[in-house]
Amino acid sequence: MSKPVIATASLAGCFGCHMSFLDIDERILDLIDLVEFNKSPIDDIKTFTKPVDVGIIEGGCCNSENVEVLREFRKHCKVLISLGECAIMGGLPAMRNGIPVRECLEEAYFHSPTIDPADPRLMPGDEDLPIILDKVYPLHEIVKIDAYLPGCPPSADLIWKALTSLLEGKPLEIPYSLLKFD
Amino acid sequence: MPSKGLVTAALGRHRHDRARLIDILRDIQAQAGCVSPEAVAEIAAGLGVSTVAVEGVATFYHFFSARPAGTYAVYLNDNIVSVMKGRAAVAAAFEKAVGCKFGETTPDGRIGLHRTSCIGMNDQEPAALINGVVFTSLTPAKARVIVEGMKAGMDPKAMVASFGDGANASKIVRAMVKNNIRKEGPVVLAPFRSGSAIKKAVKLTPEEVIAEVKKSNLLGRGGAGFPTGLKWEFCRREKGEAHYVVCNADEGEPGTFKDRVILTERPHLLFEGMAVAGYAVGAKEGVLYLRAEYAYLLPYLQKVLADLRKKGLLGKKIAGKTGFSFDITIKLGAGAYVCGEESALLQSAQGERGEPRDRPPFPVSSGYRFLPTTVNNVETLCAAARILEKGGAWFKDMGTARSAGTKVLSVSGDCKKPGVYEVPFGLTVRRLLEMAGGTDARAVQVGGPSGCCISRGQFDRAIAFEDLATGGSVIVIGPQRKLFEVIHNFMEFFVEESCGWCVPCRAGNPLLLRKLEKIMSGKGTPSDIADLESWGKTIKAMSRCGLGQTSPNPILTTIQNFRELYESKVDRNRDFKPEFDLAESVKAASEITGQKLAAHDPENPHA
Ligand SMILES: Cc1cc2nc3c(=O)[nH]c(=O)nc-3n(C[C@H](O)[C@H](O)[C@H](O)COP(=O)(O)O)c2cc1C
Ligand code: SF4
Ligand code: SF4
Repeated sequence: MSKPVIATASLAGCFGCHMSFLDIDERILDLIDLVEFNKSPIDDIKTFTKPVDVGIIEGGCCNSENVEVLREFRKHCKVLISLGECAIMGGLPAMRNGIPVRECLEEAYFHSPTIDPADPRLMPGDEDLPIILDKVYPLHEIVKIDAYLPGCPPSADLIWKALTSLLEGKPLEIPYSLLKFD
Repeated sequence: MPSKGLVTAALGRHRHDRARLIDILRDIQAQAGCVSPEAVAEIAAGLGVSTVAVEGVATFYHFFSARPAGTYAVYLNDNIVSVMKGRAAVAAAFEKAVGCKFGETTPDGRIGLHRTSCIGMNDQEPAALINGVVFTSLTPAKARVIVEGMKAGMDPKAMVASFGDGANASKIVRAMVKNNIRKEGPVVLAPFRSGSAIKKAVKLTPEEVIAEVKKSNLLGRGGAGFPTGLKWEFCRREKGEAHYVVCNADEGEPGTFKDRVILTERPHLLFEGMAVAGYAVGAKEGVLYLRAEYAYLLPYLQKVLADLRKKGLLGKKIAGKTGFSFDITIKLGAGAYVCGEESALLQSAQGERGEPRDRPPFPVSSGYRFLPTTVNNVETLCAAARILEKGGAWFKDMGTARSAGTKVLSVSGDCKKPGVYEVPFGLTVRRLLEMAGGTDARAVQVGGPSGCCISRGQFDRAIAFEDLATGGSVIVIGPQRKLFEVIHNFMEFFVEESCGWCVPCRAGNPLLLRKLEKIMSGKGTPSDIADLESWGKTIKAMSRCGLGQTSPNPILTTIQNFRELYESKVDRNRDFKPEFDLAESVKAASEITGQKLAAHDPENPHA
């Protein structure tokens, strides 16, 4: 029997959730025995090469490319998981949601302390660059999400427990200790 | 702009007392039209506290504004009954005549138009407060006359053309507010002779007074329904250098106005109830926490207190009882629904932000000034006085087995006779609708937004703690109304009034509101209804105080009782439909950077 396939991506996130994933430590060896990775920064596969059982996404959507990747994931994955605060709620990047896009861009490219006053003010507009969205969206506002793993980042134990329950086809029961953050 | 003089004077008036910060801020707001950052800094320096401490309080309350609110600050009620009674036309008339929009102040700073949540006048909407003066039953024509008056520089009090009934018309009140007492019951609204309760009380021991109240089975009328006798007993038993009686007259639940009528017509009964409570728990001081919206009653209430002192019913040696002294002070709020929650109220009475405390400890052990305190609703204290006058057994005989006595209901909305009804517990909604002339209702909101919305099939349910519990608010929703508009109005209220302390309430309610709007706009699917239910449950379970614990009720109780309404709005053939529109969401940035979506079209990545 072929192994279940997993794919992961980091959108508008800090990669902290992926780091936490790697924090499962030596259990990663068990995981490699249990599953096969497809598109993911973990194995650097850039495009989907087959149908995927579980897609895991960190980070919300802050630009058009994020949306593109997310929709690709939804198309290829049977189960899609929002991993971490940014994916679930927008997280830190969503702090810009109360500020108009123009102000954000001008702050970054015209007024930030690292801009040399002698330089001409340039707003990057290359067609190859993703377009910034009006605000940062949580994943479930764009595609259907099947499960949410909270935390910033969710602990390695929580990710491990969620993945193993899913692979064993058991209902996910998360102990309170893994959900209590203070 | 406030001069230093104003701040100095206000600080002096309130003896540089940090606990009276709200009074200080109220003075500055009234005199300067705002609490500017400069004023905040001056107050902080004068009190010897940090600027942030003062700013935190100043920004918490609705009636304090950092920018000038206008020499005339108009606060028009935006609650659903105001909307039902023609708020939109009145608001438009104000905007047109004044020349600015709601949320703005005219460039010359003369007139500011603001919205506010329920001001306790639901039986005479649309209603507004202008510099604290109440204007009721507004029409576009009346609004235009008022604006004329403001432009001519008239005193808002002088613009009150006719006065209401009872004490509203008295020289000291002079308000256009009507009592609308439709039914007087034997407990609260029946005539009362000052002294008849406290004189009986002081002949008993405090323990016997508590026993009498326990015997009556009186449950708190403020909403939670805690047994009053037991609360007093707990409070009495606590050790502390002082005990306090605090009367909750915040009456912020949209649709409630019965405490307003009690304060207007039976204040001596209430104050006597506080004295009885003081005798029972061993308190020498009582505090009436009065919502800012009812500040127009303040001079009148002060006078009633003075009269009672003269009669020996307050002050020292009350009713001739050696060693029993008790007096009452009044503290004003500054606009915040959450201050009706007892621990938030205590914080506010101490001059802090009105944020609920962690409980336990409960107020009976750590209340006002962190000393043992009984916090009771206006109506509860009136009932307690009457129980001492007429006996616990007399009281217990009325109502139902579990809900003794009467309840004063505030009925408003789509009915012919809105107003106050004192009825025995156990009355059915149907009977109440018959009395109020609202039998064609499609729904009734019992207990305000935090209560329950019931459908026609449930009109035989009873108003009682064991069935439909209510602090008094009954809003009749007529057959012509769009229920979603009502639910939306209530959810906006909770979003606005959350104190922001805990995430489930602060973030959860806006999420519920947006989901609701998604369904209302026809973009919902069955999964959105499921989300509302599951998120609503989480918010109720995880919130810190009663506000968050009830805030999803407008949605949850209508999903329960009007599910077909939600189902008719959603697309049943799809499980998920996002509101998100990529083209829309990149518009703002495209205009700035010149980028085009076509090159990034995710549906067509190779375009
Ligand atoms: C958000 C919120 C608002 C409240 N508003 C009021 C109010 O306006 N008046 C009131 O008496 N109780 C109000 N309560 C209930 C009080 O916390 C408290 O239970 C009550 O004052 C106790 O008095 P009682 O035992 O006489 O009912 C409110 C509670 C919450 C959670
Ligand atoms: S949830 Fe926390 S760890 Fe994860 S991407 Fe966001 S900020 Fe980083
Ligand atoms: S539930 Fe809401 S109002 Fe109550 S403490 Fe939490 S945030 Fe404040």
